[in-house]
Amino acid sequence: MSRDLSPPAGSAEPEPPLIAAAFPDVSGCPVARQHHLGRWTAVVVMLVLLGLLGHAFAIGQIEWVFVGRFFFAPVILWGLLNTVVMAVAAMALGIALGILTAVMRLSPNPVLQATAMGYVWFFRGTPVMLQLLLWFNLALVFPAIGIPGLWEARTVDVMTPVMAALLGLGINQGAYTSEVIRAGMLSVDIGQYEAAKAIGMTRLTSLRRIIFPQAMRVILPPLGNEFIGLIKTTSLASIVQFAEILHNAQNIYYANSRVIELLIVAAIWYLIVVSILTPLQHLLEKRFSRGAGAHR
Amino acid sequence: MSRDARPLVSIVSVEKHFGAFHALRGVSLDVAEGEVLCIIGASGSGKTTLLRCINQLAVPDSGAIWVAGELTGYRLAGERLHRLPEHEIARQRRATGMVFQRFNLFPHMTALENIIEGPLQVLGRDRASAVAEAKELLARVGLADKAGNYPANLSGGQQQRVAIARALAMHPQLMLFDEPTSALDPELVGEVLAVMKELAASGMTMIVVTHELAFAREVADRVVFMDHGAIVEAGSPAQVLGAPKEARTQAFLSAVIS
Repeated sequence: MSRDLSPPAGSAEPEPPLIAAAFPDVSGCPVARQHHLGRWTAVVVMLVLLGLLGHAFAIGQIEWVFVGRFFFAPVILWGLLNTVVMAVAAMALGIALGILTAVMRLSPNPVLQATAMGYVWFFRGTPVMLQLLLWFNLALVFPAIGIPGLWEARTVDVMTPVMAALLGLGINQGAYTSEVIRAGMLSVDIGQYEAAKAIGMTRLTSLRRIIFPQAMRVILPPLGNEFIGLIKTTSLASIVQFAEILHNAQNIYYANSRVIELLIVAAIWYLIVVSILTPLQHLLEKRFSRGAGAHR
Repeated sequence: MSRDARPLVSIVSVEKHFGAFHALRGVSLDVAEGEVLCIIGASGSGKTTLLRCINQLAVPDSGAIWVAGELTGYRLAGERLHRLPEHEIARQRRATGMVFQRFNLFPHMTALENIIEGPLQVLGRDRASAVAEAKELLARVGLADKAGNYPANLSGGQQQRVAIARALAMHPQLMLFDEPTSALDPELVGEVLAVMKELAASGMTMIVVTHELAFAREVADRVVFMDHGAIVEAGSPAQVLGAPKEARTQAFLSAVIS
């Protein structure tokens, strides 16, 4: 930051000589370079620490050749695909449920409000892993499910690992997403709701055209956060035998005992997926900041 | 539309409470087609609430409001009033255009998009004709060159003129103005009042809540003074503003003018 050492505004007018004489004239003095001693110390400390960490891993018992060998193994890639597809599907379900729940929560109908609050209370209040197990073992409660007269099936046939993972992750995600979406809707000025009404819009049209496009600016950053969290939470679905990447990596190291190497393979893949998402989120955020002005 | 002998707006004994606050105390008022009515009064006197009741942004506790021949908010069937469903209320609101104190333009849309939003989404007009009309309206309010600007890049006076154009694009039979110049810097008030004058001269029915007494004196057909949720005095601008009969009107005017 440059320092403004010139006399304050108003100096264009003839200066009173008495004031000018009271202080030395600094208008022509250059600003000396700062030395940033603390900054250089921090750089040295950090480089030493990073060097030690790198050295420790270099002499540690990691067979990097196994990392390379399994990085593109079909089972790992299949697990990666399952992870990404499940995260996207569960997020889609979560967003759909989140929008529905947020709109219910902000509706004037007390029954809808209470239902929405009860949903959020239960699914935020219990661990995801417990919910995954509940869905997977649903057959213990309802041996058969279906629509009476139309379709019926044994629950064990329906509640596959994929189905249990999708329901467990998506419905849990919906409870969190609804709060993010509700916050976004609350951030839109009440005058926007009124202006939409005043041109004859119904509640649904005004939500779709006026409120949500503006709420998106507030919703997207935390929603990106939620999605990144969900990608990693899919690893919990290994408990219901869903073949996501960590599950498959474990299956390999149960056989060959290369535990750390396969965990590193999975970790790198998670980092790659998350790194791809960050610029995508930035693009989306740009799309929804129309009209927000250059100062945002 | 045939000229109706009945008033365009008829407000009958409207009561409104906000909690313990008695906002409207039995207000009755008729507004004829083509009339320009200015409502003046101190803040908290109920003038904005009355305006919001006319286009159903607020719902009266009791009493009736008729707009363009329809009872607002209710359907009379077999001696009983049935609350109208939401889409019917939305349809009734199309008869009135509303201009807000704080403009309330849609910030994620350009000036032009703000104006065509209602015609496209509510009236189901085709885009080409809506855009053509929006451009005419922008020219009418003196902003033909600002069609592509977002509200953040318009001054307050320009935003309010776009807001007037947005309301007009719905072809309302009645325009409501809720202190349209109160949020503006003083040098921007004139451009908005000029648009409103032109609108009044074109024969639009207008109800204007305002503190601009000079505008009321010049443009209004009738001035209503409200205090504590009731109409204290109503009459021609010359009478209400020039020679008020009621002591409360006199006190308000002397406080405002001095």
